[in-house]
This record gives sequence, C-alpha cells and structure tokens, in this order.
Amino acid sequence: MNDARVRTGKYFMHGDHACAEGALAAGCNFFAGYPITPSTEVAEHLAYRLPKVGGTFIQMEDELASMAAIIGASAAGARSMTATSGPGLSLMMENLGLAVMLETPCVIIDIQRGSPSTGLPTMAGQSDVMQAQWGSHGDYEIVAYAPSSPQETFDLTVLAFNVADRFRTPVILLGDEVIGHMMERVEIPAADEIVLWDRKRPKSSPGNNGDYKAFLPDEDDLVPAMAHAGEGYRVHFTGLTHDELGYPAMDADTHHKLVTRLVEKIRRNADEIIRTEEIYLDDAEIVVISYGCTARSARRAVREAREQGIKVGMLRLISIWPFPEKQITSLGEQAKAFIVAEMNLGQISREVERFVSQPVTGVHHAGGAMIPPEPILEEIANCQRSIANG
Amino acid sequence: MRTEIRIGGFGGQGVGLAGNIVGKAISIFDGREAVMTQAYGPEARGGASSANIVASDRPIDYPFVQHPDILIALSQEAYTKFRPEAKPDALILIDNGLVTPLEDDRPYGIPATRLAEELGRRIVTNMVMLGFFTAVTAAVSREAMEEAIKSSVKEKFIDLNLKAFATGFEHAKEKV
Repeated sequence: MNDARVRTGKYFMHGDHACAEGALAAGCNFFAGYPITPSTEVAEHLAYRLPKVGGTFIQMEDELASMAAIIGASAAGARSMTATSGPGLSLMMENLGLAVMLETPCVIIDIQRGSPSTGLPTMAGQSDVMQAQWGSHGDYEIVAYAPSSPQETFDLTVLAFNVADRFRTPVILLGDEVIGHMMERVEIPAADEIVLWDRKRPKSSPGNNGDYKAFLPDEDDLVPAMAHAGEGYRVHFTGLTHDELGYPAMDADTHHKLVTRLVEKIRRNADEIIRTEEIYLDDAEIVVISYGCTARSARRAVREAREQGIKVGMLRLISIWPFPEKQITSLGEQAKAFIVAEMNLGQISREVERFVSQPVTGVHHAGGAMIPPEPILEEIANCQRSIANG
Repeated sequence: MRTEIRIGGFGGQGVGLAGNIVGKAISIFDGREAVMTQAYGPEARGGASSANIVASDRPIDYPFVQHPDILIALSQEAYTKFRPEAKPDALILIDNGLVTPLEDDRPYGIPATRLAEELGRRIVTNMVMLGFFTAVTAAVSREAMEEAIKSSVKEKFIDLNLKAFATGFEHAKEKV
C-alpha cells in the first residue's frame, strides 16, 4: 500500500483500518485519542498514516483531553476526530456537550464493546446507542451512523466529516467490535470522486469584522458561518449560554432561543442527514428493524423467511440519530408487526414504539456475541403465527 | 454457495497471515466474496489460535465460521480443539509431521514444517500449507493465491514464499 492520502484501490481490509482510511480520504488532518480496545487499530493506523500526509496525531493523557483537543483543532480549521469505545465515550460526554454548544464540527468514532463499565473489552456490543444521543447533559440532537461492513465504515466516516462540517455539529460513528475487527473487501475510490462538503465560512473579511457574528445563523438551515482561530476575526467561545456574538447572556429568552436552534438545526435538516436501506418492504406485513453488525444476521433471516413465503421486509438504520421517525411512522401504516434486532436490551425497540401502534417485539442480547440469524428468523415466524391467528 | 474455512495453529505459525491471504485471494483476485475474522484478546494468545474465512458467491451476511467445511490444522492442539467443531465430512488438512489424527478421521496430510525447513526457512510453513490447500480443495484459484501472496509479503521475500507455495501445491499433485 502506498502513502497517498487517498489509497485508491481494492483491498481486503480490517474495519477499523477502513475507518482510518475513510478519515484520511475525508481530509482529516488532526487526531487526538487514547487507545482502547476494540478501537485501538483506528488510532494505530492513523499514528502511522497521518504524519506522512502532513497531519497531526496526538496520543492524549485521557479521553477528556482527547475530546477537548479535537474541539480546539476544529476551531482552528482542522478536520478533527477521535476514536474510542464505551468507557472512553463516557469520559468524552462533558466535552461532547461543549462541541454541541460551540457548534464545533468533529467526528467521534465509538467502536462498541460489551458494556456497561469495563464490560467485555474484546467482544462486541451495541449498547451505546442511547448514550450517543443522551449522554451529555442538556437538550441537544446528535448525529450518529452505524456501519454494517468495513466498506460502509469507510463510506460513513467520510459522510460523518461532511455532515459535521455542513451542520457544525459533532458526529458519532457507532461501530461495533464485529465490524471493526472483521476483514472484507473495501474499494477506495479515486481522490477526485470523493465528495467533500464545505464548512460554511464568513462572507466578510476579517479586517474590521464587518458584519460577521460567529453565532448568527442563516435563516434557512440555522447554521452560522464559522471563522477559524488565527484568521483575525474577533470571536468569543463559551459553553455558557451566549448571544450571536458569542458573549455570555444569562437570561431565559436567549437560552431558549439558542438551545431551540441547536436542536432544530438537526431536526430541520434531518432529511439531508438520515440514511436507511429498505429490503423487501413494498408488501411487508412484518418489518424487521436492525443496524450495525446485527443487520447482517437480520438480512439473512428476512431472506430465508421470504423464501418460506412470509411477507417480511427490513429497514436497516444506517443513521441512528436523528431517528428516522417519518419512515417508521409511514411503515406503521402498512405493517402488522415490528421486530427490532439489536445487541442491547431494547434501546431502539423503545424508540420504535414511540412511532407505531403495532406490537414491537425485540430480539435482544446484552452483547459479547453477535446475534445469529436463527433467533431473528424464529421471531419472524412467531409474528407470522400471531398475524395468522388474528 | 457458502464455504467456511478455519486455519488453526499455534502462535508464530503465521495463521493470521495465511487467513488474510486466502481472504484477499478470494475477494480481490477471484472476484468472489470473503470475510475473515480472528479470535481476539487474551484468550486467543498462546494455545490454539485460528483465522476464519467465509467464502461465497453472494454477499456474506453472518460473518462467523460456525462449522468449518475446510479445516487446516498446523498443530496437534489446533486439530484436537477444532476438529469436533468442523462438519463430520469436512475436508481436513494437517501437517502430518506434527498432527496425529483421530483413528476414524481421514485427513489430507503434508509434512509442511519439514518441507519448509528443507527450503531453508521454517517460517514459510504456512505458505507450504496454503499451496497444499489450494491444490486439494480448489476453494480458490492458484493465480489468485499467488497474486495475494505477492501483495502481502515484503518484496525481498516474495520468491521464497511463492516457492514454498509451489512446493505445497506440487506435493498435493504428486501424493494425493
């Protein structure tokens, strides 16, 4: 393999390495992290690769500092990221809220393992789903993607950087140990075929600051233009509630306006952010919802059930947050039952229940071993019997 | 069709590299689908380690090997541990200089370690075994395997590795 930033070609590649290569292809030029299984190979690969393409790799003292460093680098114009697993994600939560409040684009890779606490370091989990959305204090909307293959890990890492820059928000890649540690074919396109979305930048020059206000959003997308540290603009960054200039404004009206905008910025642009895959959904009476590694087993279960003549389809969540509530609601108009297959004890099941009136059953496992196709197929057959019996 | 392949041995026998080469040969150079997984973590250090490949003509969903159709055992411990998990009628390939099979088992044997030592480098035992595997099973083409080897080892060792591969391949043609 060569030392080019974009390693165009076909490879038999490790999922974590595909993540690192995706970051490089997306123009990532700053990584700060603290190695943790099963995400270590992301850091290891970038430690080797980033300096050769002019980027910066820092092994930090811990995850709190890692998160702080990528926020700082991003404020100075870098495409920055970190990589961790559940215990590290917990430690990043305070500064994740800071990234939301400062509207600093950055990418957090979370290769999930069995949790809570130290859990199962070397074995898979999918139980950081709710933490990704709700782990930091306060109201906010997060963006999270969940790849089902090394190829998708590459593709979604690129997308994560784009969405982060486009909407000035932290984006989490919710990988898992199965996908992170498996090898499969990854095709890296030519550098000029990789689409990169730009960060919105100030229209006025830095000289007298013109009419530039660091936190004044555009009306249509609610995203403010971003000046970078060192360019000469006068900006003020604080985690305190702030006005459009970035100065602290300790009053209820400003607070309500700011937090509502931060939430609406993601909700209003959800259609641009959300990604799903639909399989056999056209006439499906039973809808299986799954994501990440578990979606691979769900796909086989759905295909085998179809071969048995059962009208079942699958909605694969490629993005987890913001939740695709419109799609789930519309599936609620055709389906008679929902099954959610996930390697946790019902985090997305509960979310689906909020949007449909049909029964939602779960194929759940606390983690440590990937859910195989059989229990999902069994649950599809159970649902089919319930439907047949009225 | 889905084929499950497990390569087992002890640490240092190049099981991981062998698995990587098989997966690469199938998915990059033969244009089919392949997934490789490895036992990971402290429990996988020492003792019998393994590399696991699923090969198929269609995209692979469940990525793990459950009941190997093909088992390559480079050590007695790997044979003893993994033979019961393989299908009863699985193709079993062993280093018959190191592995004594069960009485009712009929594996294909090659003295891979001895042949590698005769080439001057015991480290290429895995390549001898891959050549043998390629000839016996036809799970992957010889050309694809050679391409995969060339792109997986350091340039100055390519000839040695290809020679080891050819040794295993020819042994199968002569003896099996």
